[in-house]
Amino acid sequence: MVLVLALDTATPAVTAALAEVTDGGLKGLGERRTVDPRAHGELLAPQIGRVLADAGVRPAELGAIVAGTGPGPFTGLRVGLATAASMGQALGIPAYGICSLDAIGRAAGPGRVLVATDARRREVYFATYLDGVRVTAPDVAKPADVRVDADRAVGEGAVKYSEVFGVPIDDRVLYPSGEALIALAADDIRAKAAAAPLTPLYLRRPDAVAATERKPVLP
Amino acid sequence: MPDEPLVLGIETSCDETGVGIVRGHTLLADALASSVDQHARFGGVVPEVASRAHLEAIVPTMQRALDEAGVTLADVDAIAVTAGPGLAGALLVGVAAAKGYALAADKPIYGVNHLAAHVAVDTLEHGPLPEPAVAMLVSGGHSSLLLVDDLTAGVTPLGATIDDAAGEAFDKVARLLGMGFPGGPVIDRTARDGDPGAIAFPRGLTAPKDLLRHRFDFSFSGLKTAVARWVEARERSGEPVPVADVAAGFQEAVCDVLTAKALDACREHGVETLIIGGGVAANSRLRVLAEERAAKLGIRVRVPRPQLCTDNGAMVAALGSHLVAAGVAPSRLDLPADSAMSLTSVAVAG
Ligand SMILES: [Zn+2]
Repeated sequence: MVLVLALDTATPAVTAALAEVTDGGLKGLGERRTVDPRAHGELLAPQIGRVLADAGVRPAELGAIVAGTGPGPFTGLRVGLATAASMGQALGIPAYGICSLDAIGRAAGPGRVLVATDARRREVYFATYLDGVRVTAPDVAKPADVRVDADRAVGEGAVKYSEVFGVPIDDRVLYPSGEALIALAADDIRAKAAAAPLTPLYLRRPDAVAATERKPVLP
Repeated sequence: MPDEPLVLGIETSCDETGVGIVRGHTLLADALASSVDQHARFGGVVPEVASRAHLEAIVPTMQRALDEAGVTLADVDAIAVTAGPGLAGALLVGVAAAKGYALAADKPIYGVNHLAAHVAVDTLEHGPLPEPAVAMLVSGGHSSLLLVDDLTAGVTPLGATIDDAAGEAFDKVARLLGMGFPGGPVIDRTARDGDPGAIAFPRGLTAPKDLLRHRFDFSFSGLKTAVARWVEARERSGEPVPVADVAAGFQEAVCDVLTAKALDACREHGVETLIIGGGVAANSRLRVLAEERAAKLGIRVRVPRPQLCTDNGAMVAALGSHLVAAGVAPSRLDLPADSAMSLTSVAVAG
């Protein structure tokens, strides 16, 4: 039995969850979510503390951490990954990265599903899932440019641009599920697989332009 | 808490990822990863590039610091982290990581002020701080004169730049002379072969009318423009640009104003110690001129060694140690990163 903490900050939701992974299954012990796109840095750590305290679990009892690696707005996304990486290092336990869209796709259930989250700048991060399993690479685009090959769409990006996608919107699944993150990493956790450094799915390059020739100051 | 607390400090306010470990006033480790090379082609620090680099560097830099000090996270008494001022996204990586370490290892956390940490770092080199003291912090991000009565309670800002930071002026002048980024070290080297008196560049905010309102403030934007005009006029006339003389004249103008105002602040407040910190404190001419002028006034100048002047984790640990020893309450786990953090708070209140 391994106690596993999951974190996700790839969307406006700050999520922390705790579950017990056993040889045969997974048992959720608690999950907290606060939706506030501007306060990931303030909210996440106390929320982890509460999820652990509610279950009567001390951090030192954790055996693994799972973090949503995005894609998502960069600043908030990094809060979750920096927290997961530092906790993993401090506790000497692996921290596994899982695509945050996968945690929505898995929670969305059977069928062919488009998962879309808000990428700001009038774009969405998206991927397509068949029975909870991703079948296209995560990408970022304007909603009108997304090739929709699904029976329905989920995620807060799907709700925000519902009229664009032309398929029914399922608004029950808006944000990554902590328990789904843990389920997606469960095989690695059971196998005690080595964890690679947590790498964010940025999908966009930094906005920066190379220095140009200086402008004249004399008239 | 012990008198000589073991404190770990994390710094990510700009382009350096730093983790330092101190015991009391003794430096045990100072690990640093810099993304400066990634910013060079942009001619300045790109915030998103810096933030990405911090996330990649934080865990390995922490490991190097722990190994260097020969301690584990379980051994430390407190974790300090720069909460501001600085680049918002960059600060947030360090603050989030610090919270992860504090939460996992069950340690108190102190969100501290970056500028106050630049002052505190001098205790690692020269021992306890004589208070009151005047501190001048000059770097690519700051140019401030501060009155330090009690570092644990807060710091009084006396003046600051009203436009460019001193280090920014070095970067911009180096760029217009085609010398690359960062500008400080290359201008310092080039200036050694030049005549600082050959070209008279302006001294910002030193005219009598400016001194009325901006006695302890700085302005380097006019100086930068004056250098650009001078160089451009030369180029247009087809004459070669005496790069060493330009560098020396520019550097002299900056150092003249900085030292004159810093020592004026010491005199005004009856202070006998001037502490200089920040990347520009590594400038050789600034050190010499400050020493010369201070000696005549009976004022002592304290400048930490160059590695401690630039941004690093040791300075954050030094301030944290100072706060722990003074019994200051730690911050809470919901402490925010504050890109415009005021100097009236040395640490985020608990
Ligand atoms: Zn600094």
